[in-house]
Amino acid sequence: MAQQSVGLTAYGGYIPRLRLQRKAVAQANAWVAPNFLGKGKGERSMANWDEDAVTMAVEAARDLLGPDDDRSHVDALYFGSTTMPFKDRLNSGIIAAALTLEQSVRAVDVASTQRAGTSALMQALSAVKAGEAKNALVLASDHRKTKAVTSQELDFGDGAAAVMVGTDNVIARYLGGASLTVDFVDHFRGDTEEFDYNWEERWIRDEGFSKIVPKAVKAALENSGVSAGDVKHFVLPCIFGDKFAQQLAKRSGISPDSARDTLAANCGETGAAHSLVMLVHTLQTEAKPGDKVLVLHFGGGCDALVFEATDKLSSQAGKRGITGSLKNRVEETNYLKFLTFNGLIEWEKGMRAEQDKKTALTTLYRNEDMLMGLVGGRCKETGVVQFPRSRISVNPNKHTVDTQEPYKFAEKKAKILSWSADFLSFSMNPPNHYGMVVFDEGGRIMMDFTDVEAGTVDSGMEVKLVFRIKEFDEKRGFRRYFWKAVPIASSAAKSQTGQAAE
Amino acid sequence: MASGIKDKVAILGMGCSKFGERWDAGPEELMVEAYLEAMQDAGIEPTQLDAAWFSTHIDEIGTGKGGTPLSLALRLPNIAVTRVENFCASGSEALRGAVYAVASGAADIALAVGVEKLKDTGYGGLPVGNMGTLNPQWSPSGSAPGNFAQLASAYRAKHGVSKEDLKRAIAHVSVKSHANGAKNPKAHLRNEVTEEQVLNAPMIAEPLGLFDCCGVSDGAAAAIVTTPEIAKAMGKKNIVTVKAMQLSVSNGLESQHNSWDGSYFHTARIAAKKAYKEAGIDNPREQVSMMEVHDCFSVTELVTMEDLFISPEGGAVKDVMDGFYDADGKVPCQIDGGLKCFGHPIGASGLRMAYEMYLQLQGRAGERQLPNPKIGLTHNLGGAPSQNVCSVTIIGAHGA
Repeated sequence: MAQQSVGLTAYGGYIPRLRLQRKAVAQANAWVAPNFLGKGKGERSMANWDEDAVTMAVEAARDLLGPDDDRSHVDALYFGSTTMPFKDRLNSGIIAAALTLEQSVRAVDVASTQRAGTSALMQALSAVKAGEAKNALVLASDHRKTKAVTSQELDFGDGAAAVMVGTDNVIARYLGGASLTVDFVDHFRGDTEEFDYNWEERWIRDEGFSKIVPKAVKAALENSGVSAGDVKHFVLPCIFGDKFAQQLAKRSGISPDSARDTLAANCGETGAAHSLVMLVHTLQTEAKPGDKVLVLHFGGGCDALVFEATDKLSSQAGKRGITGSLKNRVEETNYLKFLTFNGLIEWEKGMRAEQDKKTALTTLYRNEDMLMGLVGGRCKETGVVQFPRSRISVNPNKHTVDTQEPYKFAEKKAKILSWSADFLSFSMNPPNHYGMVVFDEGGRIMMDFTDVEAGTVDSGMEVKLVFRIKEFDEKRGFRRYFWKAVPIASSAAKSQTGQAAE
Repeated sequence: MASGIKDKVAILGMGCSKFGERWDAGPEELMVEAYLEAMQDAGIEPTQLDAAWFSTHIDEIGTGKGGTPLSLALRLPNIAVTRVENFCASGSEALRGAVYAVASGAADIALAVGVEKLKDTGYGGLPVGNMGTLNPQWSPSGSAPGNFAQLASAYRAKHGVSKEDLKRAIAHVSVKSHANGAKNPKAHLRNEVTEEQVLNAPMIAEPLGLFDCCGVSDGAAAAIVTTPEIAKAMGKKNIVTVKAMQLSVSNGLESQHNSWDGSYFHTARIAAKKAYKEAGIDNPREQVSMMEVHDCFSVTELVTMEDLFISPEGGAVKDVMDGFYDADGKVPCQIDGGLKCFGHPIGASGLRMAYEMYLQLQGRAGERQLPNPKIGLTHNLGGAPSQNVCSVTIIGAHGA
């Protein structure tokens, strides 16, 4: 092999399947904000109530990593987001536990700026370049809360992207980049605030993007030795429209045609994740081997990274990525549901919701791989698998003692054995669906369902497992996570028997 | 091999409070109501009680923990009171404790009282609670109807029953219980309902509608037990004895091992087999005169008919629709209205079931009296289909 090159070796993506129709939002708010009626076009991605920046990042990472649940090769994890669920609890640590990464992984949270995703990527590139990491997983995810009747609630979307940085089978070689730090406060979110405070858009566009981005572009091109004319893909998240992005490219000597789709029409801007979301989208759609890709993210300055796609790009063809996520969509026209999911409406949840959701942290840690990684047990003697793991095996034919080794369930194929749609128990999205999920290779778990198409569930349906918020402990500001089953509607007819797999 | 409990213990007296939304009564008043009736029936003084067993499930909103709530309410003469709790089968556990005490010779006369005060929560349905610190971190935060409703989806898949046919069969289960409950002055729900009403009721947990769910009630029930010899010596006639008491408890097979298909109660089948053996019953469909089963939900009752080996496997829908379990059927079931209409004050329910069997066997069931019953079976279940405790008790005329 010639000179070892550092770059991206894999990608993954995740956009929640709900797509809030902007028309529904604009019309609901037209009585107070008729000026937004013009923005009532297209759709934005909308996280389910049980999704946050962490869970979406986990989904993007699982897409990248694929069904092989041996993840011991991942030795670093950089997570960029401005909406991390915990201020002090390593958010990338939650992700590492959900992905069952090794404890030796170097996990880092990168926050406080829209360029958290690109900054995370830059750190990963540096670590791999320096030989301190071999396979550095970079995740960027954002689930920004917006006040009702704002342009942000229309412009933003929820989503996550994942790229792996390494040296083997590089799909996009890193040629160089630059980082510009400018305390240009286009918006801010104070320490105790839930929402952004935004300054005038025209100023942000003309004094911010127009002046700061070109400087970063120039520096990155110089550092990477790439000429502006060679850039085939200009990847810049921005809410000022395609034309503006094209002008900005042109201003740097880059062909306006290279400005890539900001996904404003069908996704919305996914915050700190968006440059990587757009990058993955570009790699899935227009990028060809040899193409130079310039990735930018504006925010407190600007990050700029230059990549060159390689002929290994096709190795990622099976990934869902962003294009696959965008195809998996369900239109949501209920603006009130969006407000409710995002905690913007005080609604009567009923007395059942008063149940204390305090999490015993001792219990959580004692059962960490079970609760975070969906790891059960397999008997070394009989091969019987079970969840949870226990000292005495559940196998009715042989209750072997202390024979169980950890067994990962999250990526295994499974079906619904029994289920119900429960209107009585509290749910953020009633009816509350749950049931017994039986795994093709053995084992079963009674678990919550999510992303359900009500009315389509039945015994025998296939499910896939997802890492989600199980419950919020509003008293203490904690949230507990666990795995849930997503029924795959198209599998309904495949099995009518619902018989348990032996 | 154990000799079993058959005919070793007689029921000396029983009592049961009015079940329902007892806004007028706390758990203390409910216990006293059942106790005074049982004491009068037994014809004994409190000083003749050697020991007591006390069942209540939800101590947080009901009676509190320990044996003291019973002793205080009844002003017992400082005798042993053991509180037992085994989910919704707690009442049967109290009876089992008292019966075993007498059978062992440790007590001549023992008292069992079960109570539950559910209507102090402020909302309908059962109170929600946590089970330890691990379970809530992964188990679905569902409800009892949601757990039991799953029997329906698995039963349909296994036996190839259509949604509509099963819904109609479970509707018939409830129509029958309402017809029975209407004749019971102590029942919580005393209205007859039509199949149409049941089918069109609001959905609680698919496919269970409002009328597929039992009443959530306040109430208490009590039993006083002794040996048949003491009962005879006291001049008692029509003596009713315990024929079998079995309890089977899940060990995780249903919830963790793929050999269970979700359509039946693994524990019920084990407890039923053992109980029939203990009672010397080899053909339950012919020998059991009547039953009170744990019809917390209509679908539970339906599958239980098979688990108790009364209906053949896959045959419960037909038997139910044929009226086999109706008041005038071959094996009348829930003749007092069942959990469905008599109500379900959790800690009292197992004792309430025995109360009805006892009244029927003594010919004292009034308007709902069955002709000449000999053997009565109670089936008292706690937990969820995938993880539960199941009690099967058989009582009958002494010598039957």
